[in-house]
Amino acid sequence: METSLTASQDEQLKIVIVGHVDHGKSTFVGRLFYDTGSLPEGKYEQLVAIAQRRGVPFEFANLMDGLQAERDQNITIDTAQIWFRTPKRQYVIIDAPGHKEFLKNMITGAAHADASLLLIDANEGVQEQSRRHGYLLHLLGIQQVVVLVNKMDLKNHDESVFRSIETEYRAFLKQIHVEPKTFIPISAKNGDNIASHSSNMPWHKGATVLQALDEFKVPPLPTHLSLRFPIQDVYRFDHRRILAGRIESGSLKVGDRLYFWPSGKSSVVNTIERWNAPSSLVAGAGESIGVTLAEQIFVERGQVACLESSPPCMTREFSANVFWMGRTPLQIGKKYKIKLTTQEIECEVKSIEKVIDASTLSETKEKREHVARNDVAELTLRARLPLALDDHMRIAETGRFVIVDDREVSGGGITTHILYETRVAQPVSENITWLQTEVSVSERASRNSHYGAVIWLTGLSGSGKSTIATSLERELFNRGMQAYVLDGDNLRYGLNANLGFSPEDRSENIRRAAEVAKLFADAGFIVITSLISPFRSDRARAREIMTEGQVRFYEIHIDCPLETCEKRDPKKLYAKARAGEIKGFTGISSPYEVPEKPDLVLHTAQETASESVAGILDYLLQTARISDTDYEI
Amino acid sequence: MNHLDILENQSIFILREAFNKFENLAMLWSIGKDSTVLLWLARKAFFGHVPFPLVHVDTTYKIASMIEYRDQLVKEWNLQLVVGKNERVLREGQTFPQGKATRVECCGMLKKDGLKEVLEKHKFTGVIVGVRRDEDPTRAKERYFSPRDKNMEWNVTDQPPELWDQFKTDFEPGTHIRIHPLLHWTELNVWEYIEREKMPVIPLYFANEKGERYRSLGCAPCTFPIKSHARTVPEIIAELRQTNTSERSGRAQDKESEDAFEKLRRDGYM
Repeated sequence: METSLTASQDEQLKIVIVGHVDHGKSTFVGRLFYDTGSLPEGKYEQLVAIAQRRGVPFEFANLMDGLQAERDQNITIDTAQIWFRTPKRQYVIIDAPGHKEFLKNMITGAAHADASLLLIDANEGVQEQSRRHGYLLHLLGIQQVVVLVNKMDLKNHDESVFRSIETEYRAFLKQIHVEPKTFIPISAKNGDNIASHSSNMPWHKGATVLQALDEFKVPPLPTHLSLRFPIQDVYRFDHRRILAGRIESGSLKVGDRLYFWPSGKSSVVNTIERWNAPSSLVAGAGESIGVTLAEQIFVERGQVACLESSPPCMTREFSANVFWMGRTPLQIGKKYKIKLTTQEIECEVKSIEKVIDASTLSETKEKREHVARNDVAELTLRARLPLALDDHMRIAETGRFVIVDDREVSGGGITTHILYETRVAQPVSENITWLQTEVSVSERASRNSHYGAVIWLTGLSGSGKSTIATSLERELFNRGMQAYVLDGDNLRYGLNANLGFSPEDRSENIRRAAEVAKLFADAGFIVITSLISPFRSDRARAREIMTEGQVRFYEIHIDCPLETCEKRDPKKLYAKARAGEIKGFTGISSPYEVPEKPDLVLHTAQETASESVAGILDYLLQTARISDTDYEI
Repeated sequence: MNHLDILENQSIFILREAFNKFENLAMLWSIGKDSTVLLWLARKAFFGHVPFPLVHVDTTYKIASMIEYRDQLVKEWNLQLVVGKNERVLREGQTFPQGKATRVECCGMLKKDGLKEVLEKHKFTGVIVGVRRDEDPTRAKERYFSPRDKNMEWNVTDQPPELWDQFKTDFEPGTHIRIHPLLHWTELNVWEYIEREKMPVIPLYFANEKGERYRSLGCAPCTFPIKSHARTVPEIIAELRQTNTSERSGRAQDKESEDAFEKLRRDGYM
């Protein structure tokens, strides 16, 4: 039995261990290995012997500290990786340094991870790097985080110490829209709550570290997103002219017409090339392949092949969140090189909107001309030539980049607030044009005494979307406004009756809902959509559709803990999902991606439905001013 | 994609980045399993071709059948081979087997200095090497694109950041960059891949009649076989799934001091 191999045993999950210096990261890793019997033979004895010879106490930490300087100083300088397995799957453990001076090494380690364990010393509590690392994990796109409160033995295993750290750090993470999976009180030194529950902390009813590790999910490859195939090189080793590259998102097949941005030229895929591999007419995200084209056109490294229906954003100027690791500060006006997928273009910082101290989240008020080492900033970049890129929330792979300063990779960043203007300029067919009727948007607004708008409610099943949507519609209607609810289930009765629940179909379901909502809003209605819409990329596309249609869009997160939703279970769907009767159910077997910048968040576990509705009305009628009649006619 | 597909696709991506970025690129080939897998991956990346020379640093103390095997594959796969040797040290007889140097010193002269000579002679600015993170704690700290200064030294305390597959590809004249496309593989992965691809591998890795096989290959005087009955690739895989001893346990030069291997690597060893 034990030798039989299943697919999941070959699954590999990469975990980065982060936290403030001396909060016990390396010790924790050593302990984890010792407790799970994963240490190489003789390693433990060897470490004990070395410690004795040097006359220092034995440290589990030395397992990971591979450099002499690290052992001498008892500090991790550079990130390292080490492998171990549980019965469920294999893990790569990435130990990242906690010292501020080695932040670029921490980022190097964390950028490769699927999930993270963040350690906080119970004795010292939340420190500068605890917060900075939390924020950087967020920027690096690592959404699965478990927080370990270490050294509980120094605090007599006192639950109140643990709870107060949990409360403080949870509040911090909430500000940056990170929702930790759980908090676990541990003692790495003594092995409490690591491989098994500790009798020293009977009050801890939650998971052990090993259980929490096995709960993490391997993030799926972005196959369901739009095709992005950046060209790495063009080879002519023999009679074939092969365009080589890795598909970053989506998929392509023989016969597809590819558009190469920024040039916009197109050609059809003739063959997909691989060597010593089964031939296939399709290729998807993550595959390093080659293609040959039916008609020869000029293509070079840096161009991004896409399908006609979903081009990237082509722009010279864009806003981004950047973290800086360079020896000299990032300066406005200075020339740098940006590397985004295989594109490399000279660029400069046009303006710095905000510099954020990642450890306190406080913003510097005065105007800044530079970003110092280890700072994070919101800024606008201007490239010498247009880049093909995406909003990081839509396609992460083509929405992130590094900045090179004098031969050194010195900064990393993610794009924000990207507008897809090219979509408007590239209609589905040249023979189709949008008919502009005579009745203008402002005429309709004048008659209705309000603008059209889309109020996009997103949240778990059972969070209260339908209840809120229904009574909001009533409230607006009673005020003489044009309001209508677009409900996910209702759409599936007709327009979307041909769609199932595969990731592609769910995504298409949302796209259609968004398109319909746009038309309604264009007709002057206030549309309230009630869809789980769990993926950021889908909601980002909805926002983009509204932007194109010049429709006001408000993303409202109906925030309610999973446990509460499951308890309510109005449609008895959670019960079915738990029983395995429904596959890919949001919250149970499929993730819900919390909105990063919603226009409004409603906590329906803590307030009544009418309070929630009042909250929206307040926001809409005052802040968003959709009933403002002070407009031009 | 399964775990081997993920590893393979990542390595191909790195090889293609290296080929695009370095005019004078070479790949080190020790005839061992790792660099032979690397060679196989290069043929994958470049659709059956290997568009750069292979460098073999020959200490002349290699196990004899390794050289035979090397020359055979060079012919079969149509490879360009460059052989590097530290002729002076060999001529003057300053080596460990001749009793004139410690194992570590001998490694330094024959392999590290031998490599340095070849790189200088051919002006290689990018060198692809098949090291893996799971081999040794210092290799665990390596980057995919790892710079070496004019004296081939590795500055371990100030390495470039590496994120989102954007690598350090700009370098000062006189320096070079080591490229490590197998960094994220484990010893077990290497064998699983050899099995999946039905790739050839030098027979020294399989158990002989005495019940011994090599797990890691190097010079004959400093490399010792392990006890094993694994005669096929699947048997080696089964053996590795059980073992708890380290791969380089049969390599004597690592054991002369606590940080022997780290010192060698800082100075430019692979």
